[in-house]
Amino acid sequence: MVDKPLTLASNDFELFAVPARFAQDPAALDARWKELQREAHPDRFAAQGVAAQRQAMQWSVRINEAYQRLKHPLKRAAYLCELAGAPINAENNTAMPADFLIEQMQWREALDDASSEADIARLLEQVNQARVGALQHCEELLDVRHAPDQAVGQVRAMMFIERFSHDVESRLDDFQNPPADMAGTTGQAT
Amino acid sequence: MALLQISEPGHTPNPHERRLAVGIDLGTTHSLVAAVRSGVAECLPDEEGHVILPSVVRYLDGGRREIGRQALRALAQDPQNTVASVKRFMGRSLADVADREHLPYQFIDKPGMLALQTAGGEKSPVEISADILATLRYRAEDTLGDDLVGAVITVPAYFDDAQRQATKDAAKLAGLNVLRLINEPTAAAIAYGLENASEGVYAIYDLGGGTFDISILRLNQGVFEVIATGGDSALGGDDYDRALAARVAEQTGVALTTASDKSAFSMAARACKESLSKQDSATFSALLGEQTITQRVARAQFEQATTALTARTITAARKALRDAKLVAADIKGVVMVGGSTRMPQIQAAVGRFFDCEPLNNLNPDEVVALGAAIQANQLAGNRPDGDLLLLDVIPLSLGLETMGGLVERIVPRNQTIPTAMAQDFTTYKDGQTALALHVVQGERDMVADCRSLARFELRGIPPMVAGAARIRVTFTVDADGLLNVSAQELLSGVQAQIDVKPSYGLDDGQIAKMLQDSFSTAQSDMRSRAIAEARLDAERLLLATQTALNADADLLAADEREAVLAVMQSVREVLGSDDPAVIEAACKALANGTESFAAMRMNRGIRQALAGKNIETI
Repeated sequence: MVDKPLTLASNDFELFAVPARFAQDPAALDARWKELQREAHPDRFAAQGVAAQRQAMQWSVRINEAYQRLKHPLKRAAYLCELAGAPINAENNTAMPADFLIEQMQWREALDDASSEADIARLLEQVNQARVGALQHCEELLDVRHAPDQAVGQVRAMMFIERFSHDVESRLDDFQNPPADMAGTTGQAT
Repeated sequence: MALLQISEPGHTPNPHERRLAVGIDLGTTHSLVAAVRSGVAECLPDEEGHVILPSVVRYLDGGRREIGRQALRALAQDPQNTVASVKRFMGRSLADVADREHLPYQFIDKPGMLALQTAGGEKSPVEISADILATLRYRAEDTLGDDLVGAVITVPAYFDDAQRQATKDAAKLAGLNVLRLINEPTAAAIAYGLENASEGVYAIYDLGGGTFDISILRLNQGVFEVIATGGDSALGGDDYDRALAARVAEQTGVALTTASDKSAFSMAARACKESLSKQDSATFSALLGEQTITQRVARAQFEQATTALTARTITAARKALRDAKLVAADIKGVVMVGGSTRMPQIQAAVGRFFDCEPLNNLNPDEVVALGAAIQANQLAGNRPDGDLLLLDVIPLSLGLETMGGLVERIVPRNQTIPTAMAQDFTTYKDGQTALALHVVQGERDMVADCRSLARFELRGIPPMVAGAARIRVTFTVDADGLLNVSAQELLSGVQAQIDVKPSYGLDDGQIAKMLQDSFSTAQSDMRSRAIAEARLDAERLLLATQTALNADADLLAADEREAVLAVMQSVREVLGSDDPAVIEAACKALANGTESFAAMRMNRGIRQALAGKNIETI
């Protein structure tokens, strides 16, 4: 597995020495991330001159980038499709099946109509179920059926779900912390 | 009374190779310097035995200045020229200082960062901080008996790019080589975690004089991973003093008109607050001119006057937990940092929210400096096999202004650093040849609500139809949390780049000028210091290269090895030179000449990390 020399251009899976598939063990990724950073982090080279610092910075950045992509299921799926020559092209290709779009519209309406924290929590639960379903489907398309070109559609669907669940969460935040509460900004409330 | 040192078997340090590095807590109300000596981190005292240096500088005419305790004594009598809590002004413009009417200073509104008019002339917050840092540097050099190779300086986790850059500039001005800026709560976690061999998820609640930070960290086998960080860079113990002073002024009907009255009142408030941490009621006593104001204050009254402040810290803690996707029950312990956490209402509020007893077993005033010293010692290379690894995050999102004054987020907050993230943009007009980029930091959607960090332009884009150009903007955040932005038009290759510095920080020219203006630094001193520093750098670089050769010379072909040895030799030949530029040029040649060797070594290191793992798993 390690025969091929690692370079900054190695892909994320090679860099983390894990099989190039959707199913991953988060704990193993986390452990590997820390192991790699132990070798490459600029702190390890703080006393070693500019050239070593520059190298360390590049490697450390690359390792963090790969870790972000590998640990996040949606990013990982998109990356796998891309590696397999089936890019997502999220900006240019937004064609989705009609029933999926209808479900999206119903969700949006439900969010607009939600008047209590419980309403939103219920919606969030539905969205989470849809997410789990989409992830499972994605795993099957990528790891079992080896059909990245079909997985692309599933990844796009997950991107919709992700964006929507973000909106739901921020509505939930509004309920839990009214927007008048400005803690965390650098402004001074006196 | 030097003690004989005994080292661990196999770790005999060569005394000449031991590199002195310190940790500095540059605090709002006070500052400390600490170092690892004989394997133990400790704060270094001044001649009178005090480890705490009040962060107060008084400027007098003729270039005289008083720093620390002496300046603090003059605070009430000469408030205009005696600068306290200067940290609040670092990287800040006048408009940012919300309570400026209540402060006794003569502010000067300057683009980027404000300045103060004093009897000693105009002073920027960077210069004032540099005076504090230089005092600590001299203290460390006197105590340790040698020059420092560098320092780790702590900043609030919630400091933005401008505030971090200002801190680094101040260190440079004080003649310190900054090994790393690290976040205060992270430093506290290092001191605390190593002391107690803790594992698990901890919260660090850090209420300093002028800033509040909350960080959630995972501690695991020497790795300190910051999961989320939050806080408020304009909330601290000083606000509690002010709230108490305002309450007493209201109760007694005293109108505070002069600067010295205000100053006397806030000092009285601080003393009263500190007493209230130990007893249920205390006497507030301030001397205003001829008149002494006294008032009995019950702790309950004080707590009531400051409830809103305490609540703000808990709201920030809740937000950090949510960012970490955790709940209070996941937190194994809360480490309390900063003298202000001695207030009983803070201890109680934290205990209630996290449902556990706050951890207080290290001195909350010293814990940050101690952690910084441990990190400095490791960064200086004194523990080559040290297993401490810090994985910190960026506290605030970074983005660019897009059409309509909206922010496009490029680097989201709580991203592990160092990091580089890119986003592609395009032109919106036919034949557009330039693109203005406005870099902002903050969590709000509108540019107007975020902090503006820098503006720059990408010029020379070949004329194309609207939307055809592909401009990739890359944000790179280094391990100090400092940002660099570059932009490139991908079809033509036109590039622009900026260290996010000129708009809010000081450029190198300004720093050079400040160094020259500094009364304490005569021209000849500057030159000899520059030569000494260049030599030190060169020796460090030679040593590092030699160490690298000893370990991995087999990576190089014979001619490559010769080439490295040759550039090393040319550095050695100029070591005796009186011209720092000559030494620096030779060092630069050495750095360039070893670039590919460094790359090969890095690859080997990474491969070894993987190989080790594979053997384990087989």
